[in-house]
Amino acid sequence: MSNSVRSGTEKSSHLFLTLIVLVLSTAFIVDAAYAGSWLSIKGDGNHDRRNKTAMKFLQDPEDALSQLPPDTAGNQVDWVKAIEEGYIQPRSNLYDHTEVRMMDLDIIMPETSTMNYVMFPHQQHTAWLDCKNCHPVFFEAEVGVSPVNMGAILEGEFCGRCHGAVSFPLTECNRCHSIIKGTFTGQFGAQYPEGANPEDYAYVPE
Amino acid sequence: MFQNKASRWIIVSLTLVFSLLLAGLPSVANAEYGDVILNKYSDANDMAPVIYPHWFHRIRFQCKVCHSELGFKMKAGGNDVTMADIVDGQFCGMCHNGEIAWTTENCELCHSGKPGLKSGIIGTHKTLGPGIW
Repeated sequence: MSNSVRSGTEKSSHLFLTLIVLVLSTAFIVDAAYAGSWLSIKGDGNHDRRNKTAMKFLQDPEDALSQLPPDTAGNQVDWVKAIEEGYIQPRSNLYDHTEVRMMDLDIIMPETSTMNYVMFPHQQHTAWLDCKNCHPVFFEAEVGVSPVNMGAILEGEFCGRCHGAVSFPLTECNRCHSIIKGTFTGQFGAQYPEGANPEDYAYVPE
Repeated sequence: MFQNKASRWIIVSLTLVFSLLLAGLPSVANAEYGDVILNKYSDANDMAPVIYPHWFHRIRFQCKVCHSELGFKMKAGGNDVTMADIVDGQFCGMCHNGEIAWTTENCELCHSGKPGLKSGIIGTHKTLGPGIW
Protein backbone atom coordinates (compact mmCIF):
# COMPACT_ATOMS: atom_id res chain seq x y z
CA MET A 1 0.00 0.00 0.00
CA SER A 2 2.55 2.53 1.13
CA ASN A 3 4.84 1.47 -1.68
CA SER A 4 2.27 2.14 -4.40
CA VAL A 5 1.41 5.54 -2.94
CA ARG A 6 5.05 6.55 -2.92
CA SER A 7 5.68 5.46 -6.48
CA GLY A 8 2.55 7.27 -7.62
CA THR A 9 3.81 10.52 -6.08
CA GLU A 10 7.23 9.97 -7.59
CA LYS A 11 5.76 9.36 -11.00
CA SER A 12 3.70 12.55 -10.96
CA SER A 13 6.67 14.58 -9.71
CA HIS A 14 8.78 13.23 -12.59
CA LEU A 15 6.07 14.14 -15.05
CA PHE A 16 5.77 17.57 -13.51
CA LEU A 17 9.52 18.13 -13.76
CA THR A 18 9.60 16.95 -17.36
CA LEU A 19 6.70 19.23 -18.20
CA ILE A 20 8.38 22.28 -16.65
CA VAL A 21 11.61 21.56 -18.49
CA LEU A 22 9.78 21.14 -21.79
CA VAL A 23 7.81 24.37 -21.35
CA LEU A 24 10.95 26.28 -20.41
CA SER A 25 12.98 24.97 -23.32
CA THR A 26 10.15 25.70 -25.76
CA ALA A 27 9.93 29.22 -24.37
CA PHE A 28 13.66 29.71 -24.92
CA ILE A 29 13.50 28.42 -28.49
CA VAL A 30 10.44 30.51 -29.39
CA ASP A 31 12.05 33.52 -27.75
CA ALA A 32 15.24 33.18 -29.75
CA ALA A 33 13.41 32.74 -33.02
CA TYR A 34 10.65 35.32 -32.87
CA ALA A 35 11.23 37.97 -30.23
CA GLY A 36 12.61 40.39 -32.82
CA SER A 37 15.73 38.36 -32.01
CA TRP A 38 17.36 41.08 -29.96
CA LEU A 39 19.19 39.50 -27.08
CA SER A 40 18.81 41.19 -23.74
CA ILE A 41 21.85 42.53 -21.92
CA LYS A 42 21.29 39.81 -19.31
CA GLY A 43 21.08 37.02 -21.83
CA ASP A 44 23.60 37.89 -24.52
CA GLY A 45 26.34 35.70 -23.08
CA ASN A 46 28.88 38.51 -22.94
CA HIS A 47 27.63 40.84 -20.23
CA ASP A 48 28.38 39.66 -16.72
CA ARG A 49 25.08 39.13 -14.93
CA ARG A 50 26.83 39.54 -11.57
CA ASN A 51 27.43 43.19 -12.48
CA LYS A 52 24.29 44.56 -10.80
CA THR A 53 24.94 48.18 -11.81
CA ALA A 54 25.21 47.32 -15.48
CA MET A 55 22.22 44.99 -15.32
CA LYS A 56 20.18 47.79 -13.78
CA PHE A 57 21.23 50.73 -15.95
CA LEU A 58 22.27 49.46 -19.38
CA GLN A 59 19.53 49.67 -21.98
CA ASP A 60 18.37 46.50 -23.69
CA PRO A 61 18.75 46.71 -27.49
CA GLU A 62 15.11 45.79 -27.95
CA ASP A 63 13.91 48.88 -26.03
CA ALA A 64 15.46 51.18 -28.60
CA LEU A 65 15.75 49.12 -31.77
CA SER A 66 12.16 47.90 -31.83
CA GLN A 67 11.08 51.56 -32.20
CA LEU A 68 13.08 52.06 -35.41
CA PRO A 69 12.28 51.08 -39.03
CA PRO A 70 12.73 47.31 -39.24
CA ASP A 71 15.20 45.38 -41.33
CA THR A 72 15.90 41.68 -41.71
CA ALA A 73 19.61 41.61 -40.92
CA GLY A 74 22.30 43.22 -38.80
CA ASN A 75 20.73 45.21 -35.96
CA GLN A 76 17.40 44.52 -37.68
CA VAL A 77 17.11 48.26 -38.10
CA ASP A 78 17.07 50.15 -41.39
CA TRP A 79 19.52 52.78 -40.18
CA VAL A 80 19.43 54.83 -43.39
CA LYS A 81 15.66 55.07 -43.25
CA ALA A 82 15.85 55.87 -39.54
CA ILE A 83 18.01 58.92 -40.19
CA GLU A 84 16.30 59.98 -43.45
CA GLU A 85 12.81 59.86 -41.99
CA GLY A 86 13.77 61.52 -38.74
CA TYR A 87 13.27 58.60 -36.35
CA ILE A 88 16.69 59.53 -34.99
CA GLN A 89 18.71 62.74 -35.21
CA PRO A 90 22.26 61.69 -34.41
CA ARG A 91 24.66 64.59 -33.93
CA SER A 92 27.02 65.26 -36.83
CA ASN A 93 29.74 67.03 -34.84
CA LEU A 94 30.85 67.90 -31.33
CA TYR A 95 32.82 71.04 -32.13
CA ASP A 96 31.50 74.15 -33.90
CA HIS A 97 34.58 74.41 -36.08
CA THR A 98 34.15 70.96 -37.61
CA GLU A 99 33.05 71.10 -41.22
CA VAL A 100 30.19 68.63 -41.81
CA ARG A 101 30.56 67.31 -45.33
CA MET A 102 27.90 65.53 -47.37
CA MET A 103 27.73 64.61 -51.04
CA ASP A 104 25.13 63.20 -53.41
CA LEU A 105 26.86 61.23 -56.14
CA ASP A 106 26.20 57.66 -57.24
CA ILE A 107 29.04 55.47 -58.52
CA ILE A 108 28.27 52.47 -60.71
CA MET A 109 30.89 49.72 -60.64
CA PRO A 110 30.79 47.35 -63.62
CA GLU A 111 33.48 44.80 -62.76
CA THR A 112 31.22 42.41 -60.91
CA SER A 113 31.77 39.13 -62.74
CA THR A 114 28.45 37.31 -63.05
CA MET A 115 26.71 39.48 -60.47
CA ASN A 116 24.67 42.59 -61.21
CA TYR A 117 26.53 45.90 -61.20
CA VAL A 118 27.13 47.67 -57.93
CA MET A 119 25.70 51.11 -57.28
CA PHE A 120 27.38 53.00 -54.46
CA PRO A 121 25.40 56.00 -53.19
CA HIS A 122 27.50 58.72 -51.54
CA GLN A 123 24.43 60.39 -50.09
CA GLN A 124 23.43 57.59 -47.73
CA HIS A 125 27.05 57.07 -46.73
CA THR A 126 27.89 60.71 -46.03
CA ALA A 127 24.75 60.94 -43.90
CA TRP A 128 26.84 58.94 -41.44
CA LEU A 129 30.47 59.26 -42.50
CA ASP A 130 32.97 61.93 -43.48
CA CYS A 131 34.90 61.79 -46.80
CA LYS A 132 38.15 61.04 -45.01
CA ASN A 133 36.75 57.96 -43.29
CA CYS A 134 37.01 56.13 -46.62
CA HIS A 135 39.25 58.36 -48.81
CA PRO A 136 42.04 57.75 -49.34
CA VAL A 137 42.59 55.07 -46.67
CA PHE A 138 40.14 52.41 -47.89
CA PHE A 139 39.35 53.76 -51.36
CA GLU A 140 41.23 56.07 -53.70
CA ALA A 141 39.07 59.08 -54.47
CA GLU A 142 39.46 58.35 -58.18
CA VAL A 143 36.83 56.08 -59.77
CA GLY A 144 38.04 52.66 -60.94
CA VAL A 145 41.43 52.77 -59.24
CA SER A 146 40.85 50.81 -56.02
CA PRO A 147 41.17 47.03 -56.42
CA VAL A 148 37.83 46.35 -54.74
CA ASN A 149 36.93 42.68 -54.78
CA MET A 150 34.53 40.46 -52.91
CA GLY A 151 37.30 38.33 -51.38
CA ALA A 152 38.88 41.32 -49.71
CA ILE A 153 35.49 42.66 -48.65
CA LEU A 154 34.67 39.36 -46.97
CA GLU A 155 37.98 39.62 -45.14
CA GLY A 156 36.97 43.01 -43.79
CA GLU A 157 38.67 45.36 -46.26
CA PHE A 158 37.06 48.03 -48.48
CA CYS A 159 33.25 47.92 -47.96
CA GLY A 160 33.82 45.12 -45.45
CA ARG A 161 35.30 47.58 -42.96
CA CYS A 162 31.74 48.43 -42.01
CA HIS A 163 29.45 46.02 -43.89
CA GLY A 164 29.52 42.80 -41.94
CA ALA A 165 30.64 44.60 -38.80
CA VAL A 166 28.28 47.48 -38.03
CA SER A 167 26.29 48.25 -41.18
CA PHE A 168 24.13 45.72 -43.01
CA PRO A 169 25.94 42.40 -43.41
CA LEU A 170 27.41 40.80 -46.53
CA THR A 171 24.57 38.35 -46.81
CA GLU A 172 22.49 41.10 -48.41
CA CYS A 173 24.05 40.82 -51.91
CA ASN A 174 21.36 42.61 -53.92
CA ARG A 175 21.40 45.79 -51.89
CA CYS A 176 24.77 46.67 -53.46
CA HIS A 177 24.51 44.57 -56.63
CA SER A 178 21.40 46.49 -57.56
CA ILE A 179 21.92 47.58 -61.18
CA ILE A 180 20.55 44.84 -63.38
CA LYS A 181 22.82 43.87 -66.23
CA GLY A 182 21.24 44.21 -69.64
CA THR A 183 18.81 46.92 -68.61
CA PHE A 184 21.41 49.54 -67.71
CA THR A 185 22.30 51.67 -70.72
CA GLY A 186 24.07 54.60 -69.08
CA GLN A 187 27.70 55.31 -68.32
CA PHE A 188 29.63 53.42 -65.68
CA GLY A 189 31.39 55.29 -62.93
CA ALA A 190 30.27 58.56 -61.39
CA GLN A 191 26.69 59.58 -62.21
CA TYR A 192 27.02 63.37 -62.37
CA PRO A 193 23.76 65.27 -62.65
CA GLU A 194 23.22 66.88 -66.06
CA GLY A 195 25.21 70.04 -66.52
CA ALA A 196 27.21 69.48 -63.34
CA ASN A 197 30.92 70.18 -63.23
CA PRO A 198 32.79 67.04 -62.08
CA GLU A 199 35.36 69.27 -60.41
CA ASP A 200 32.72 70.29 -57.92
CA TYR A 201 32.65 66.67 -56.78
CA ALA A 202 36.41 66.21 -56.54
CA TYR A 203 37.77 64.93 -53.24
CA VAL A 204 39.26 67.65 -51.10
CA PRO A 205 41.62 66.44 -48.41
CA GLU A 206 41.21 68.37 -45.18
CA MET B 1 6.76 2.51 -20.21
CA PHE B 2 8.89 3.84 -17.34
CA GLN B 3 8.89 0.37 -15.80
CA ASN B 4 11.81 0.95 -13.45
CA LYS B 5 13.23 3.87 -11.58
CA ALA B 6 16.49 3.92 -13.52
CA SER B 7 14.91 4.33 -16.95
CA ARG B 8 12.65 7.09 -15.62
CA TRP B 9 15.64 8.95 -14.29
CA ILE B 10 17.53 8.49 -17.53
CA ILE B 11 14.66 9.97 -19.50
CA VAL B 12 14.25 12.89 -17.09
CA SER B 13 17.99 13.61 -17.06
CA LEU B 14 18.25 13.41 -20.83
CA THR B 15 15.35 15.84 -21.23
CA LEU B 16 16.97 18.15 -18.73
CA VAL B 17 20.38 18.05 -20.42
CA PHE B 18 18.83 18.50 -23.87
CA SER B 19 16.74 21.45 -22.67
CA LEU B 20 19.70 23.11 -21.03
CA LEU B 21 21.71 22.71 -24.21
CA LEU B 22 18.93 24.28 -26.27
CA ALA B 23 18.35 27.03 -23.75
CA GLY B 24 22.06 27.78 -23.76
CA LEU B 25 22.33 28.06 -27.54
CA PRO B 26 21.44 31.76 -27.92
CA SER B 27 23.99 32.74 -25.30
CA VAL B 28 26.97 31.18 -27.06
CA ALA B 29 29.25 33.97 -28.31
CA ASN B 30 26.40 36.36 -28.90
CA ALA B 31 25.81 40.05 -28.51
CA GLU B 32 24.04 42.76 -30.41
CA TYR B 33 25.35 43.23 -33.96
CA GLY B 34 28.34 45.59 -33.93
CA ASP B 35 29.20 45.25 -30.25
CA VAL B 36 32.95 45.63 -29.64
CA ILE B 37 34.78 43.91 -26.82
CA LEU B 38 37.83 45.75 -25.50
CA ASN B 39 40.04 43.53 -23.41
CA LYS B 40 43.57 44.53 -24.28
CA TYR B 41 44.19 45.82 -20.76
CA SER B 42 41.04 45.07 -18.73
CA ASP B 43 41.60 41.49 -17.59
CA ALA B 44 45.29 42.17 -17.01
CA ASN B 45 44.32 44.95 -14.60
CA ASP B 46 41.63 42.96 -12.79
CA MET B 47 38.82 44.84 -14.49
CA ALA B 48 35.95 43.34 -16.44
CA PRO B 49 36.30 43.72 -20.22
CA VAL B 50 34.52 46.66 -21.85
CA ILE B 51 31.55 46.06 -24.15
CA TYR B 52 31.03 48.98 -26.53
CA PRO B 53 27.59 48.98 -28.22
CA HIS B 54 27.63 50.64 -31.66
CA TRP B 55 23.81 50.54 -31.83
CA PHE B 56 23.40 52.68 -28.73
CA HIS B 57 25.90 55.29 -29.82
CA ARG B 58 24.79 55.62 -33.45
CA ILE B 59 21.28 56.57 -32.37
CA ARG B 60 22.89 59.63 -30.76
CA PHE B 61 25.95 60.33 -32.93
CA GLN B 62 26.81 59.85 -36.57
CA CYS B 63 29.79 57.58 -37.25
CA LYS B 64 31.80 60.60 -38.34
CA VAL B 65 31.85 62.08 -34.83
CA CYS B 66 34.00 59.32 -33.34
CA HIS B 67 35.68 58.06 -36.48
CA SER B 68 36.52 61.41 -38.07
CA GLU B 69 36.23 64.22 -35.53
CA LEU B 70 37.63 62.22 -32.64
CA GLY B 71 39.91 59.97 -34.66
CA PHE B 72 38.93 56.41 -33.67
CA LYS B 73 40.38 54.06 -36.29
CA MET B 74 37.79 51.94 -38.07
CA LYS B 75 39.26 48.64 -37.04
CA ALA B 76 38.66 46.70 -33.84
CA GLY B 77 42.00 46.57 -32.05
CA GLY B 78 43.37 49.51 -34.03
CA ASN B 79 42.98 51.93 -31.15
CA ASP B 80 45.25 51.68 -28.16
CA VAL B 81 42.72 52.83 -25.59
CA THR B 82 44.00 53.14 -22.02
CA MET B 83 42.12 54.36 -18.97
CA ALA B 84 44.73 57.05 -18.40
CA ASP B 85 44.02 58.48 -21.86
CA ILE B 86 40.27 58.36 -21.29
CA VAL B 87 40.52 60.19 -17.96
CA ASP B 88 42.81 62.64 -19.75
CA GLY B 89 39.99 63.38 -22.24
CA GLN B 90 41.08 61.16 -25.11
CA PHE B 91 39.05 58.40 -26.84
CA CYS B 92 35.84 57.68 -24.84
CA GLY B 93 36.81 60.55 -22.55
CA MET B 94 36.04 63.07 -25.29
CA CYS B 95 32.35 62.57 -24.47
CA HIS B 96 32.39 60.64 -21.21
CA ASN B 97 33.49 63.66 -19.23
CA GLY B 98 30.34 64.66 -17.38
CA GLU B 99 29.46 67.25 -20.01
CA ILE B 100 28.25 65.23 -23.00
CA ALA B 101 27.89 61.85 -21.33
CA TRP B 102 28.40 60.44 -17.86
CA THR B 103 31.85 60.38 -16.34
CA THR B 104 34.46 57.64 -16.02
CA GLU B 105 33.50 57.19 -12.37
CA ASN B 106 30.79 54.79 -13.56
CA CYS B 107 33.34 52.02 -14.07
CA GLU B 108 30.87 49.15 -14.12
CA LEU B 109 28.68 50.51 -16.90
CA CYS B 110 31.44 50.05 -19.49
CA HIS B 111 33.43 47.32 -17.76
CA SER B 112 30.45 45.01 -17.93
CA GLY B 113 31.75 41.94 -19.78
CA LYS B 114 32.49 38.49 -18.47
CA PRO B 115 36.15 37.98 -17.54
CA GLY B 116 38.19 36.40 -20.32
CA LEU B 117 36.23 37.69 -23.31
CA LYS B 118 38.29 37.97 -26.48
CA SER B 119 38.78 41.47 -27.92
CA GLY B 120 37.15 42.28 -31.22
CA ILE B 121 33.92 43.09 -32.96
CA ILE B 122 31.12 40.61 -32.62
CA GLY B 123 28.05 40.12 -34.67
CA THR B 124 25.21 37.66 -34.36
CA HIS B 125 22.35 38.33 -36.67
CA LYS B 126 23.28 36.43 -39.84
CA THR B 127 26.99 37.25 -39.76
CA LEU B 128 29.66 37.21 -37.13
CA GLY B 129 31.68 40.06 -38.57
CA PRO B 130 34.29 40.22 -41.30
CA GLY B 131 36.80 37.51 -41.92
CA ILE B 132 34.74 34.60 -40.64
CA TRP B 133 33.79 33.08 -43.97
